[in-house]
Amino acid sequence: MEEIQFTINGSFQKITVDGDRALLWVLRTDLGLTGTKYGCGEGLCGACTVLVDDAAVRSCQTAVREIRGKQVVTIEGLAMGKKLHPVQKAFMDHDALQCGYCTPGMILQATAFLRRNPEPSTADIIDAMEYNLCRCGAHNRIVRAIQAAATEMKGGS
Amino acid sequence: MKPDREFHEPTPGFQVTRREFLKLTGGGLLVFFTVGQLPFFPQEAEGEPLPTDFNAFLKIGEDGRVSCFTGKIEMGQGVITSLAQMLADELDVPLENVDMVMGDTDLCPWDMGTFGSRTTRFFGPPLRAAAAEARVVLLELASEHLHIPPGRLTVENGEIFEKTRPRSRIAYAQLTRGKRIERHLSRPVKVKDPSEFKIMNRPALRRDAFEKVTGKAAYAGDIHVPGMLYARILRPPAHDARLVSADLSEAEKAEGVRVVRDGDLIAVLHPQPDVAEAAFLKIKAEFEQPKSDLDDKTIFDHLLKVAPAGSVLGSGGNLKTGEREAKLRFDATYLNSYVAHAPIEPHTATVRFEGNRATVWPSSQTPFRAKGEAAQALGIPAENVRVISPFVGGGFGGKTRNLQVGEAARLAKLTGKPVQVAWSRNEEFFYDSFRPAAVVKIRSGATEHGDMRFWDYHVYFAGDRGAAQFYDIPNHRTVSSGRGWSGTPGSHPFATGAWRAPANNTNTFARESQIDILAAQAGMDPLEFRLHNLSDERMKRVLKAAAEKFGWKKSPVPSGQGRGIACGTDAGTYVATVAEVEVDKSSGAVSVKRVVCAQDMGLSINPEGAAIQVEGCITMGMGYALTEEIHFHGGKILDLNFDTYEIPRFSWLPKIDVVILENPGSPPQGGGEPAIITMGAVLANAVFDACGARVFQLPMTPERVKNALKDV
Repeated sequence: MEEIQFTINGSFQKITVDGDRALLWVLRTDLGLTGTKYGCGEGLCGACTVLVDDAAVRSCQTAVREIRGKQVVTIEGLAMGKKLHPVQKAFMDHDALQCGYCTPGMILQATAFLRRNPEPSTADIIDAMEYNLCRCGAHNRIVRAIQAAATEMKGGS
Repeated sequence: MKPDREFHEPTPGFQVTRREFLKLTGGGLLVFFTVGQLPFFPQEAEGEPLPTDFNAFLKIGEDGRVSCFTGKIEMGQGVITSLAQMLADELDVPLENVDMVMGDTDLCPWDMGTFGSRTTRFFGPPLRAAAAEARVVLLELASEHLHIPPGRLTVENGEIFEKTRPRSRIAYAQLTRGKRIERHLSRPVKVKDPSEFKIMNRPALRRDAFEKVTGKAAYAGDIHVPGMLYARILRPPAHDARLVSADLSEAEKAEGVRVVRDGDLIAVLHPQPDVAEAAFLKIKAEFEQPKSDLDDKTIFDHLLKVAPAGSVLGSGGNLKTGEREAKLRFDATYLNSYVAHAPIEPHTATVRFEGNRATVWPSSQTPFRAKGEAAQALGIPAENVRVISPFVGGGFGGKTRNLQVGEAARLAKLTGKPVQVAWSRNEEFFYDSFRPAAVVKIRSGATEHGDMRFWDYHVYFAGDRGAAQFYDIPNHRTVSSGRGWSGTPGSHPFATGAWRAPANNTNTFARESQIDILAAQAGMDPLEFRLHNLSDERMKRVLKAAAEKFGWKKSPVPSGQGRGIACGTDAGTYVATVAEVEVDKSSGAVSVKRVVCAQDMGLSINPEGAAIQVEGCITMGMGYALTEEIHFHGGKILDLNFDTYEIPRFSWLPKIDVVILENPGSPPQGGGEPAIITMGAVLANAVFDACGARVFQLPMTPERVKNALKDV
């Protein structure tokens, strides 16, 4: 057991845990942040994606020890108060989801990507999202939503 | 459909009887109805007989909100939006005023389940009728209240007023205040004519999107009950393996862990799932597995060997006559492998068992079946079980049997604690009820002018749906062996079941490939050949619509352009698809460039929702057409995660065009499944057009395409 301090969705957090445990389960069970989903347990599907210091990270493959001193953002912390993040809003506006289970991971993957590449081509978006899986087949709308979010964010959001 | 993460106590001592649905719901106007009760709607075809009194109802509450209580669930298909649209439109209330209460077995009357594209087709019409009935009752009440004949009144946004005096209004909510009014829908009610629609047949965005983009939407695994334990269950390495010994001593030493053994059920439980997993991995278990020659290559011969005698689904004319008349003949055998459902949310259930009552939160398409299964596992009467349906993270037919519910229930009983069983991805693949491997044999023939003369069709183990052919063929016979999708004893080495548009993917792949082959033999364009042999106007209309949108130009096949066409019907909907592919002849890899799909689904309640379902069908359908198959040896499943089992990804994405044909005067038909049925054939036909290689087995892996190229 060890003490680990980090920031979660803007708030300081101190927990005492076995540092080898996967961030995914610490988020879901210890912190009650269930928006982060289990999908495959091997980093293959992206449903568990969260932001760690603005980078998209597979929380099922991340030991909680690795986030010491870092800023973690989950889907619950992406909106600014009541104002949705442009990527969230674009997913709603484009119906870019069906069952919604892969959606938090998709949104956080896209958010991290747009921070690095604010003016992406369609091919860039497809590359960035390639390892996030959706079974319902919302892919084309997800791509359009990310394009729309990029445009919106460029406008100074 | 808003299961809070916090646990809600069921009403103490609450006894569920049908009549006591009423007590739960307070004052207001209630209209009860049942699917199939009305003479002008078809019965749901299978399952338990429907209740004769009601199996759904709607309520206009004293707060003015309109609620629909139904046993249907939302798994991405969008009925949470389309059902609300129907209700809002018939009642003349804003869409925002409608609440859907779905899949709660205490609040919602019995329902068979959410599958088979039945919700809109069979549930929608009586829901609309019930809403129309409610509107009539409300107008009568307003008439009494205002002393104005109902004929002079009208409704807008849930407010009733005299047509000539629109300023003086009375709201629905005011009419029922303090009273409780019940109506049972027992007669046909006039519903709105399509020309009167304000909300139906117009695009509406998903109503559950906000919860889903913010992480607020709760799925079965997100439910947390105080004191709950997460379970990991020991699984055999193969379906035909038998447990020889299990040493649990190391697992038992882990701190805070409960190890349970009850017959063959061995589980490790802990308040944190990953801690349970770590202890679970310390179990030393030995299994023995019998030798088997059965695998994904030998399965087809095996199936043909064990196939029961066929049932004739339809026939006409005389095959011998047809054979004499047909100059062009082609006999072929089509195969498809086992395919996984692979929803991103694995099967999960949380069960709380206290006293002699239980509450279950399952990821399930069949909450009422789950209720019975939990009751059986717990040894209590079904009425003591309440199932609350959270959002379901994809189903596709795979979440209709609820093994995880029984497991969680047993463990809750054994431990005396609330238990969550959440399958790992490996377990999800292992215990999936796969789309069955299947064989179709077709003998067929046409004249040299392209008139089809005979069709002798035999499907093995896929099922009947979509087997019937619809071309003008004077001499024909359709036979099905091993009907249904669950197989016969000794046929499949593991469970099989319904997979999005069950049987129809297999049957449409075979039929539409064969039609293309006959067109090629006749030297005809495949669209022209189909139109030439069809008199079904709705089928011709979707074919022409898809071809027109695509910009189809007449040409015999193979033309080298890489385009294909296929059509079919499913769940009452007509669908035609045109696709364009590129084939890399050196590797055999197929890439899909463009897909156009035209669909006639009768009245489309939410054209946007319908288009999304078609897009989903196209995308998901590329998987079973190109890569998805379960490799296995005996009862051992070799594909257990997304590394070897490859589902469609962003880079596969073709340009997709969807045409939903206007047909508002015709009853609404299925939307969640039909467009997937054509994907195997349309891509096989496009591959043939691209390079002359005819692939008879799905999925069309690069290896199979390369093999087919050898015959060119």
